This record gives sequence, structure tokens and C-alpha cells, in this order.
Amino acid sequence: MDLKLDHHSEDRLTIVEVEGEIDVYTAPRLRELLIDLVNKGNFHLLVNMEKVDFLDSTGLGVLVGGLKRVRAHDGSLELVCTQERILKIFRITGLTKVFGIYASVEEAKEVHGRDK
Amino acid sequence: MATVELTFSALPAHVRTARLVATAIARRTGVEESLLDEVRLAVGEACSRAVEAHRLHCPDEPIRIELRDDLGRFEVTVTDAAPSDELEQDRGMLRFDDPLGQLPDTLMSGFGIAVIVGLADDVQVYPSQKGMRIRMSWPAMTNGLPPG
Repeated sequence: MDLKLDHHSEDRLTIVEVEGEIDVYTAPRLRELLIDLVNKGNFHLLVNMEKVDFLDSTGLGVLVGGLKRVRAHDGSLELVCTQERILKIFRITGLTKVFGIYASVEEAKEVHGRDK
Repeated sequence: MATVELTFSALPAHVRTARLVATAIARRTGVEESLLDEVRLAVGEACSRAVEAHRLHCPDEPIRIELRDDLGRFEVTVTDAAPSDELEQDRGMLRFDDPLGQLPDTLMSGFGIAVIVGLADDVQVYPSQKGMRIRMSWPAMTNGLPPG
């Protein structure tokens, strides 16, 4: 399955919807989108990975790159993910300590609302 | 011992094909369903690493994968032709406690290998000036699944 990307803003949070496979072939598209969003002033990103079928270390690198960019603007990049096979790669690499990972978009929005 | 060999050009688009072939053969060999995601990810990581290395050093050379049903184990060997001494140095310098400080936006070869080590039941990495060979294996039913 190819990669489908979409995004919309809710309040000051930009929600990035990702569907399909994030690998060495498709990850550059996600990287371009994240860079574009940051360049346009969107510094609080929530990447919804509930429809991601596959994620490899290239995809992780893109997410880490995005996090570095938003942090340079005191922003945030957090994830929505409950799939065990996707969470496993975050655990193996220790990145569960680096990203905020939520069980749903609603939960993430609630936490962001509290932090405002 | 049944062996399937696959060679492909160093193009990112072919990595998905390699993953699909490896997963299909793993299933046929009798690897448990619960391990197939690990096979898919580990083979994908090994092939991605090889593609990145070839694109840097030898873009015209093909990458080779051997998939083998060997005495109750499913064994995959990914062989590239890019000199790998530098990559091994990178691997030694990896620090997972500070990924933001070290990880670029693109694939970092050592990061991929670390993922493979975390996924495969048994992994051996053989770096050399002539290229890197990554061999990994998982338990499988001795006779594999009956042909469908």
C-alpha cells in the first residue's frame, strides 16, 4: 500500500493523518510535508499513525527530524498510535522516551488543551 | 534446502517488493504468523540499508537476497557491494539515549542494523571492504506449510 497524507488544523494543533507504509521509498513525502508545515508556522504537530501499516527506521528518522525542527521553535511533535507492531519499533529504538504517544487524537487534544 | 534468490537494483521502490517476497516465503516455510511482521521489518531494514549504501558507493550494482529453508529455520541473507568499514564505525557510535542529537532525517545505517538486532531471532553482520552481508533467521516448521 502506498502512503496517503492529509492534514488539518484544530486550534493551534496541526493534525497530520498518515495512512499506508512509511519506508525508504515513501518517507521523503512525509519529510516534505513536515518541513512544509513547519515552514508555514505550524509548530505543534500531532501525527496520527493509526492507519499506518508499516514503519521502518527511515520513517523514524523523518519523525525525529520533524521533532528537531518544531523544537527549534519551542513546538511539539507527538504521535497517536496504539498498534503493537508499530509501537514495537519505537520501543526497540528507545524513542518512546522521546515522543509523546497517545491512544487517540481526542486524548492528545485534551492534554494540549490542559497545557495551553 | 530450498533457496530463493532475488537481485534488485538499488532503488527504494524495490525494497517493498523484497519485503513482500520475504514475507510470502517465510509464511510458506512455516514461520509463525506472529513473527511475520518481524521478518517483514527486519528484511526491509536490511534492504533499505543496502539501497542507501549502494546509492552512495555503487548505484549500478545489484543487491542480493537469499531466502533459505534450512533445517527448521527460515534464513535470510542480504548482501551488498558497498564498502562498509565507515558504516561499522557509525554503528559503534550510536547512542539511543540521545537520538535527537545524532539522527539525521534520512536512514542511518547503524540505526537500521540495531532495529534488525532487536527483531530477528538470530543475526550475524559481516562487514568488509567488498560489502556487507547480513544474515538473520527465525524458527520455522521443519517441513514448512503444505503448498497452497
